[in-house]
Amino acid sequence: MKRRNFLKTTAAASAAIAAPAIRSADAQSRAETILVVVESGPNSMDIHGVGTTFRSYGACWNLNDRLLTFGRKTLSDGTLSYDYSKIEPELAEDYNVAADGMSVTFKLKKKAKFHDGTPVTAKDVKWSLDRAVSVGGFPTFQLKAGSLEKPEQFVVVDDHTFRVDFLRKDKLTLPDLAVPVPVILHSELYKKHATASDPWAMEWAKSNVVTTGAYRLEKWTPGQETIFARNDDWVGGPLPQAKRIIMREVPGAGNRRALMERGDADVSLDMPPKDAAEIKAGGKYKIVGVPVENFFRYVGMVVTMKPFDNPKVRLAVAHAVPYEQMFEAAVYKRGNPMWGGAGKPTTTDWPQPFPYKTDLAYAKKLLAEAGYADGFETTISIDMGEATVSEPEAVLLQQSLAQIGIKTTIEKIPGANFRKAMLEKNRPLHLASFGGWLNFPDYFYFWSYHGQNAVFNTMNYKNPALDKLVDEARFEADPAKYAELMKGFVGISMDDVPRAPLYQLYLDVGMQKNISGYTYWFHRQLDFRQLVKG
Amino acid sequence: MIALLRHMRYVLSENPVTLLAFALFAVLVLAAVLGPSLTPHDPLATDSTRALQPPSATYWFGTDQIGRDVFSRVLVATRLDLAIAMAAVVIAFVFGALGGAAAGYFGGWTERVISRLVDTVMAFPLFVLAMGIVASMGNTVGNIVLATGIINFPIYARVARAEANIRRNAGFIEAARLSGNGEARILLMHIVPNILPIMAVQMSLTMGYAILNAAGLSFIGLGVRPPTPEWGIMVAEGAAFIVSGEWWVALFPGLALMLAVFCFNLLGDGFRDILDPRKRT
Amino acid sequence: MLRFILKRLAAALPTVFGVLVVTFVMARALPGDPAAYFAGPAATREAIEQIRAKLGLDKSVPEQFGIYLRDLAQGEFGKSLSTGQSVGRELVTRLPASLELVLGALLLSMAIAIPLGVLAATRPGSWIDHTARVVTTAGVSLPAFFTGLVLIYVFYYLLGWAPAPMGRLDAFASAPPGLTGFYVIDALIAGEGETFISAVSQLILPIVALAIFTLAPLARMTRAAMLEVLASDFIRTARASGLPPSMVTYRYAFRNALLPVITTLGMVFSFLLGGAVLVEKVFAWPGIGAFAIEALIASDYAPIQGFVLTMALLYVALNLVIDVLYGVIDPRVGLEA
Repeated sequence: MKRRNFLKTTAAASAAIAAPAIRSADAQSRAETILVVVESGPNSMDIHGVGTTFRSYGACWNLNDRLLTFGRKTLSDGTLSYDYSKIEPELAEDYNVAADGMSVTFKLKKKAKFHDGTPVTAKDVKWSLDRAVSVGGFPTFQLKAGSLEKPEQFVVVDDHTFRVDFLRKDKLTLPDLAVPVPVILHSELYKKHATASDPWAMEWAKSNVVTTGAYRLEKWTPGQETIFARNDDWVGGPLPQAKRIIMREVPGAGNRRALMERGDADVSLDMPPKDAAEIKAGGKYKIVGVPVENFFRYVGMVVTMKPFDNPKVRLAVAHAVPYEQMFEAAVYKRGNPMWGGAGKPTTTDWPQPFPYKTDLAYAKKLLAEAGYADGFETTISIDMGEATVSEPEAVLLQQSLAQIGIKTTIEKIPGANFRKAMLEKNRPLHLASFGGWLNFPDYFYFWSYHGQNAVFNTMNYKNPALDKLVDEARFEADPAKYAELMKGFVGISMDDVPRAPLYQLYLDVGMQKNISGYTYWFHRQLDFRQLVKG
Repeated sequence: MIALLRHMRYVLSENPVTLLAFALFAVLVLAAVLGPSLTPHDPLATDSTRALQPPSATYWFGTDQIGRDVFSRVLVATRLDLAIAMAAVVIAFVFGALGGAAAGYFGGWTERVISRLVDTVMAFPLFVLAMGIVASMGNTVGNIVLATGIINFPIYARVARAEANIRRNAGFIEAARLSGNGEARILLMHIVPNILPIMAVQMSLTMGYAILNAAGLSFIGLGVRPPTPEWGIMVAEGAAFIVSGEWWVALFPGLALMLAVFCFNLLGDGFRDILDPRKRT
Repeated sequence: MLRFILKRLAAALPTVFGVLVVTFVMARALPGDPAAYFAGPAATREAIEQIRAKLGLDKSVPEQFGIYLRDLAQGEFGKSLSTGQSVGRELVTRLPASLELVLGALLLSMAIAIPLGVLAATRPGSWIDHTARVVTTAGVSLPAFFTGLVLIYVFYYLLGWAPAPMGRLDAFASAPPGLTGFYVIDALIAGEGETFISAVSQLILPIVALAIFTLAPLARMTRAAMLEVLASDFIRTARASGLPPSMVTYRYAFRNALLPVITTLGMVFSFLLGGAVLVEKVFAWPGIGAFAIEALIASDYAPIQGFVLTMALLYVALNLVIDVLYGVIDPRVGLEA
């Protein structure tokens, strides 16, 4: 080594030695930190970005504020949940719907500041909402669901007053301003990072987030961990208790369970139903499970493919599904049964059991009537990403179908490819789930049964009669009429059997006994702001 | 031939470990051939009322999540696991031996092209290459075999090339050439048979590696389709149950996997001793 | 020397190019559709096509390959779709994690296997020889992911001796200021005792799981090479001239047996890099292997290509180092070969 190089190296080394004193000073005590373990973490810090995953919605929910949010209520078992019927201001001080019902005016909180100290103005709000309806993809879609479609709808009245003009009267408009998408961003800062080809600074926003939320992004290592630090100047609500949230990615479910049992982690998301059931029955930590609203898991049949184009075949399959066995062995009863209902919908409860049950003799008879007395061969497609549940389900279904003469092979599709496979609508028999954020049955049907044929209509199902009822229900304000319409389209889907619903699963979250305040949200992500440790 | 047999007996008596390996091998072959007719229970029959039972007199290795008998599944899987490994090794062997021998024998462009091919495959992280092949072509038994064959191919090609290279100017090859044999005929009839014994050692060693590789693919979800019993998948599925105390679901297929690989590795060693000319004195 | 290295590097170019082409084609053949995946849950066909165009996936494969090569020439590995990060930066931060694991396993394996091989060679046919053979062979017969699971269960879950399998550091420790990216070394340089202990203790289980797997080839090669050298004439001469046996074994024989051992080390190293993929997954280790698996499952092209290219370059570099080492250890081996 040359002498000069040696000197350089030692200089660098001594500079490094000086660093630790500063670093250990900011080491925070465990008591103020909540360690959350997840299977996989966020992939972007921009909820408007392309390909943003569910965990990113969770991160953005805590990092950002919206104009509105929902209130909270206590469920019958003592669990806290968001309250769909109570819309509350978050970044807004208050809001007033105009007398003609065609606009809403927000007063912004005067003390509201972005994480860098800049005050929030109505201009920021407009820029942020303009961005959401302009960038295309998921955010634009989601806002459209609440009739929020054009930048012209968003009006700056003065620095702290902001108005949204309605295109039409829509019961979803206000709730849609409280979903995770319409976040308020630091417009001046984002604009600085915009380019001619990227006017909304999407590139920069992937890993930078400067907003008003209850938590700041302290450190993010994609694929490993995300650290959130409390924003002590937050005005959106009461100051959260936890100073710091560390979200660590631990891919193995067994490892996550071990971490919880040994007390090394505080909260565990992505719990397999088996772990949830066992720990609920008497474990070292607690499980809070809430049935996921507007959701069920189902056996889907592509109605345009032989032999599933025959309703009798579909009805036969719906009566050959081993519901009880699947419920016990695959999801360990962590859900509500969706089978064994009455023939027609009698209530407006949603989701509600469908009128199918395991009855092999009846299924065999139906198959014979349909001209398939000797059965047929087909494929069951499942998502490998949820193999802990879908694989036992598929094997049990396979066994049961074999008894009525239907021979099946199981196709495991990697998580990333599953959506593409469903989009192709050529997987005759498949196991899948769907849930809608906005808790209305017509919203669920619009995505999963309607003839517009969205990705979630995995059965390629089209029935104009159903479409008409769903479309009418969308803008129906009268509850009695809505109930009639709802019973109508649910009834049609029961008669046509494109799906055999299995169960409405629980959203299970594991947490140590000293953690309280957990609240269920429709977006199914963890809200750090209500968590209390100790 | 008799000398070889005598030498074999000598090696076996000298080396009790190799004897153990042969015994294990016999058990494995028996299980592969007779396994499906020996199972105490139907390896595919599910029954959610007897899910996750610990090992007992009825279910020797316990039952899995949907009540299938683990012992029967482990036993039945022997045939598939050995078949996958065997087929993969044969593919690697045939292409490796022919390609490598041709490269070593002809030299020149043939050698350059084949060596490049071998280098390219070797430069891949082999397991990831196998993953990629199976992921892009679909997870069928055929593709698993193909992927495992491809990643084993360079080993054979290298050995064959080196051995053929040594022999290309040997006396018996010259003799064959002088008696009017074509080049291709010499390669097939004289070079390849001569390097077979050395390749056989490789075969036994790579069998073990092939089994591990197939299991690894299963572990990340790129294995055979359910409900087909296969050791790697059973370990992967059982992994989720270890912490909750149902260790038998993963442990027994894991042990079977280990024993099989162990057996082939020891056999490879044994073959090497038997064929090692320096020991044959 | 320099000429030799340059020549070798030039010779490796076609190999690397071959790897690039194969990986590119393979990645495109993956059944997933990144556009559909990233279009999000509520996407329509038009939205998916829009995203496809945005990602440049609507162009022909040769055209995409051309763009890829052009970007690569500028040192741009592309962006991962699933993490949104630059693949080049991901690889730079993740590679040290993998190398730390692999080098640690290699050191541990050498520390056990080489003495074992020497011991076996000096007493061939003894019970030590047989035991060494059975134990190391049993080790190589264990799938490393299985060993990893069992180690976690026993040493973390049951006994509580090992730290939580949550990556490279305890959740509450922060990474040492980076010079090398190897936490163990960085922590030492920075004089952070706690971080050092945390980094080492996180390393132990995955290193053991990997090392068990590599004992056999190393021990076997050491034994064989030692046996050969011990039977050679110059050792016989050394013995006959009355040198103490330990000096004969360690000073003369072992040095001469090193050459094949080093070749094996190179092989084992590249083998470990591949084998680490599954171990990383089991231990939530943020290395490049875990990154590659995720990318493959998500049909995320850029990381797959970046990962394979990195590994190929490492492989080329490794072989070069071995060849140079050869020349250093045994001057008779010409560098021109």
